[in-house]
Amino acid sequence: MTSDALYALPRFRRSGDAALTVEVGDGIAAEVNARVVDLDRALTDRALRGIVELVPTYRTLLVCFDPTVLSRGDVESEIMALWPPVAPEGQLRRRWTVPVAYGGDNGMDLDWLAQRLNTTTDDIVARHSAAEYRVYMIGFMPGLTYLGGLDPFLHVDRRPEPRLVVPPGSVSVGGQQAAISPPLPAPSGWHMLGRTPVRSYDPRRETEPFLFRAGDLVRFRPIGSAECAALERAAEAGEIIAEKEEHTA
Amino acid sequence: MSAHLEVIEPGLATTIQDLGRRGWQRFGISESGAMDPIALAIANALVGNTVGTAALEVTLAGPVLACVNGDIRIALAGADFAMMIDGRPVTSHETHDLKSGQHLVIGAARDGARAVLAVSGGFQIKPMLGSVATHSRSQLGGLNGGPLRKGDLLPLALPGLPGRPHLMVSPACRVRPNGPVRVLLGPQDDAFSAEGIATFLGSDYAVTPLSDRMGCRLEGPRVAHAGAVGIVSDGIVFGSIQIPGNGQPIILLADRQTTGGYPKIATVISADLPRLAQLRPGERLRFQAIEEDEAIKLAREMRRQIDRIGDSLIEVRGGSDLTSEHLLASNLISGVISALEWVQADVATS
Repeated sequence: MTSDALYALPRFRRSGDAALTVEVGDGIAAEVNARVVDLDRALTDRALRGIVELVPTYRTLLVCFDPTVLSRGDVESEIMALWPPVAPEGQLRRRWTVPVAYGGDNGMDLDWLAQRLNTTTDDIVARHSAAEYRVYMIGFMPGLTYLGGLDPFLHVDRRPEPRLVVPPGSVSVGGQQAAISPPLPAPSGWHMLGRTPVRSYDPRRETEPFLFRAGDLVRFRPIGSAECAALERAAEAGEIIAEKEEHTA
Repeated sequence: MSAHLEVIEPGLATTIQDLGRRGWQRFGISESGAMDPIALAIANALVGNTVGTAALEVTLAGPVLACVNGDIRIALAGADFAMMIDGRPVTSHETHDLKSGQHLVIGAARDGARAVLAVSGGFQIKPMLGSVATHSRSQLGGLNGGPLRKGDLLPLALPGLPGRPHLMVSPACRVRPNGPVRVLLGPQDDAFSAEGIATFLGSDYAVTPLSDRMGCRLEGPRVAHAGAVGIVSDGIVFGSIQIPGNGQPIILLADRQTTGGYPKIATVISADLPRLAQLRPGERLRFQAIEEDEAIKLAREMRRQIDRIGDSLIEVRGGSDLTSEHLLASNLISGVISALEWVQADVATS
């Protein structure tokens, strides 16, 4: 997608008397999501009294405020005053490498997807682990990480009937998107390709319960079952087993 | 062993709640917290706690609790539930002393669906991400990340009976509003046809039994979308009303998922959120769109009401003993019929 997807000015959508949805662009595109991330940071830095929560998603920022302190008009004026928000210079970008055990019990839809796309499971794994993904948002449930950047060859409609429970740590694809499940059972209509021992959410890691945030980059690294078991034990002991690099954007 | 409440029977869905977990929605953590924050504030004020102290939220059918190794003062506020201490009926919206060895039975809701049981001093439970609010789907908060279970032991933070008078809430503070649930249209009201919006605002909807703390599912005339049924997922607030493909509204509540991809036709105003906690399966409701200025005025009134809960407390002389003052007070607060029940039951057990 090109930057045509970005709106020149934000569009404000009322979300009750205590919240405002700020839409910055159209569709699922890295530059649209980058603007959401920049607006999120700019408003966080402003630390306006009365703003109680900011929720960045693909193309909107949800601004929750206390209606006895601030009005929607106040929030809109603040946003217009800092438009367009820009990323600070020398900002650190995080790139994660996430190990994945593909197929079998770990990825119950891998064989199905290979048949559906008339290719081999090795090809699916190669394509899925060759891409660099952007974290667009964390949502729905704790640490569920929504990724963009999936190889278009792997775009397949979601399941007609969602599964009520998919295994914790599932690595899946649905439509144009990819995802990493938290270590919790969850419903999902996506296709399960593998499983990661990485815990995107672990409340016992008191200083860092969540690994990923919107704007991070992610790559997948295929691993065998022995390595998966070893990493599983390390994660159980509280280790952050995803590898992290930081570089200036 | 230290003082605690032992769960003899857990009730239908009894959870520990406070004012919720705010600031983590960006990581997919649901807000949770008491569905009826006014009930939480009243129950806590009665027992001398700060308004957001963690308490038990009971739903439709309450728990049986035993007080072990310490005395405690309690109060139930919100919906009207049948309640007994060691077989003696007691009223809600009023403090009672629960002594070591006594059993508290919270029965069925007679009106409304949810109430809050506060204990003086609160519970001694470690917060997770800044709150002890239970969110069952995330296995977060409470004792074990879920509703109370038989045999659970809830540790009391400060057991002992406070040396202050018994209190009740003035009847004026207990009026439950009726009339339509007021909403502001948006954020995606443009995803619906004019006819769809007219259907939504002009029809009766019934609360289905599939409703829970996550969402109130409604059944009624189908709300027509203007085009696509999906949007790119975005954030959801308490009171958002989404319309999935079947055209049946779902009001998203305290335990809602943090993001969603169905268009949201309207949002319940802040001042009407506590009412949502009290909707019973089968109950009917209607929506009314109001202006933003009106919603803000009502939000400010609700805030004042919560800030002034202390002023609405009335001293009950003689405590929970059967005295003429207390009878009069019960009469005032619960209406003649429940006061009669109270007397008859008391006679029967004495």
